[in-house]
Amino acid sequence: MSSLDLTEAGRAEAPRRQVGLRWVLRQLLRKRSSQIGGSIVLLIVFCAVFAPELTPYDPFRVDVLNRLKPPGPPHWFGTDELGRDIFSRVLYGTRYFVLVSLISVSIAGSFGVLLGLVAGAGSSLADSFVMRVVDVLLAFPYILLVLAVVAILGPSLWTAMIAVGVAGIPGYARVVRSNVLAVRQEPYVEAMRALGAGPLRIMVGTILPNVASSIVIYTSFAMPIAVLAASALSFIGLGAQPPMPEWGAMVVGARTFLRTAWWVPAAPGLTIFVAIFAINLLGNALRDVLDPRSR
Amino acid sequence: MSTYILRRLLLLVPVILGILFVTFLIKALIPTDAVTALYEGQVTERDAAEAIAAIRAKYNLDRPWHEQFALYVLNAAQGDLGESVRTRRPVLDEIGFRYLNTLKLTFAALAISIVIGVLTGILAAYKRDTWLDVTAMTVSLFGISMPAFFFGLVLILVFSVWLQWLPVIPQGPLALLLPALTLGLIEAAPLARITRSGMIEVLSSDYIRAARAKGVGETTILFAHALPNALLAVVTIIGLQIGSLLGGAFIIEVVFGWPGIGELAVKAIQWRDFVITQAVILVGAGTYVLVNLLVDILYTWIDPRIDYQSS
Repeated sequence: MSSLDLTEAGRAEAPRRQVGLRWVLRQLLRKRSSQIGGSIVLLIVFCAVFAPELTPYDPFRVDVLNRLKPPGPPHWFGTDELGRDIFSRVLYGTRYFVLVSLISVSIAGSFGVLLGLVAGAGSSLADSFVMRVVDVLLAFPYILLVLAVVAILGPSLWTAMIAVGVAGIPGYARVVRSNVLAVRQEPYVEAMRALGAGPLRIMVGTILPNVASSIVIYTSFAMPIAVLAASALSFIGLGAQPPMPEWGAMVVGARTFLRTAWWVPAAPGLTIFVAIFAINLLGNALRDVLDPRSR
Repeated sequence: MSTYILRRLLLLVPVILGILFVTFLIKALIPTDAVTALYEGQVTERDAAEAIAAIRAKYNLDRPWHEQFALYVLNAAQGDLGESVRTRRPVLDEIGFRYLNTLKLTFAALAISIVIGVLTGILAAYKRDTWLDVTAMTVSLFGISMPAFFFGLVLILVFSVWLQWLPVIPQGPLALLLPALTLGLIEAAPLARITRSGMIEVLSSDYIRAARAKGVGETTILFAHALPNALLAVVTIIGLQIGSLLGGAFIIEVVFGWPGIGELAVKAIQWRDFVITQAVILVGAGTYVLVNLLVDILYTWIDPRIDYQSS
């Protein structure tokens, strides 16, 4: 959850070599780190899709007689303070994890890329306006910007996703702009202009595909940060609300019975960690493949 | 040097105005009228209408937005951040000691992250591609992937519940130990990676090779020749890191019940106390901007190659 990773990402330049999706996939399949990271991510997506079929218990069913049971059969991850099966809840939580990752990064990515393109390839007036706004937003520590948006919209899972997405926009805009500025000097862009292509066609048809890999690289940094922030929001009570089996929300209040029932926060907390670790492994491998100089 | 500082200070004005505008939006954009939210269900309808009118006038909510913004900026410039809508006390009184607590936590964590992060980074770079490097980088990847709030709970569980070295609710200076350790260790992870890559770059440069050829000892090379240059990159990064530390402190304060402004902000958002929320975010962003200014000035002072006139 740090701006450091983002600055490091900002330095990553667009590779000059055109790489196809198939080539990238083949390279990724060869790396140990992307094999491990990718398998975990696929497993999470699989659980998210088939959660209702896979869960042994109803994740919302309260069973007071079996409250705070330690891990062991038939409750593999134990039960929580209301007797709900933690394994089923963690499994269901994959749905929120996937939802949060996709929505928040889509918001940040789409608006950020659009702003970055307009600033980098548009008029100088548009550039200075967009960049002044971006400068102001980057003057906020990330979490504070997230909190500001939550303060306006009110706490809920949806606002958490929107807030994390909005807070991610300035970072994307800055990275895309700097890459667009480099690409627009290239001879092939000049050639398109000479051939009479309009500014929109050059922006979307020529410049965008050539900054795509830098966008992917940046996303590999931004996604784990966004998901960690969203789960932290749920943990402090400003994101997903109980009884939603969101991992961050499941850790809330665990402090009170940490002494007697450590497994209640352990399962969801460790799952967040493993999931983010997998995304980071995959991201590292992706950066190695797309931008070998970054290591 | 002084003209450089003056220019930096002048450049700060639009940024501060921007920050003020964004925080102003917190009050202006709340979908339900802030005053109605405050009085909902607490008083009879007739009394409420009267009270609402009075409150709207008091918080200048009945004026056009540009006047409200101008008043907000003028008041903030005089150190008046308003009154909490919940407790009716001046916000500065509510924030004061909590702000110091947050700073204490942030800087204690910063110290921990610098010592551990930078040392690990140096060692990893020096012992590049050995088991030490691989272990250090794997652990730092763990650190980057770890949710800070969960790590905090793990530390409480290990040190207070299992080992019983610390009371669960520690008093005095001990109270700072676990929160600062949580935040510091988490933030040491990215710092170690950045120090490592900076150090590797420096260690492979010509002047280090020249020093080795002259027969300079390894310790001297590492700490007297390589480190100062690698630290330049680290110093800039530390400025940015204050942002993650401040933000991280907001979450960690909730985990440990540390009475800082982050804990207050979270409560204020739940209470819909927009004045406090606004003030805390303003103070947090202001601190971040000022610390970065100080780091930039420090940077030009450390690195004499930087030209103040053109930078």
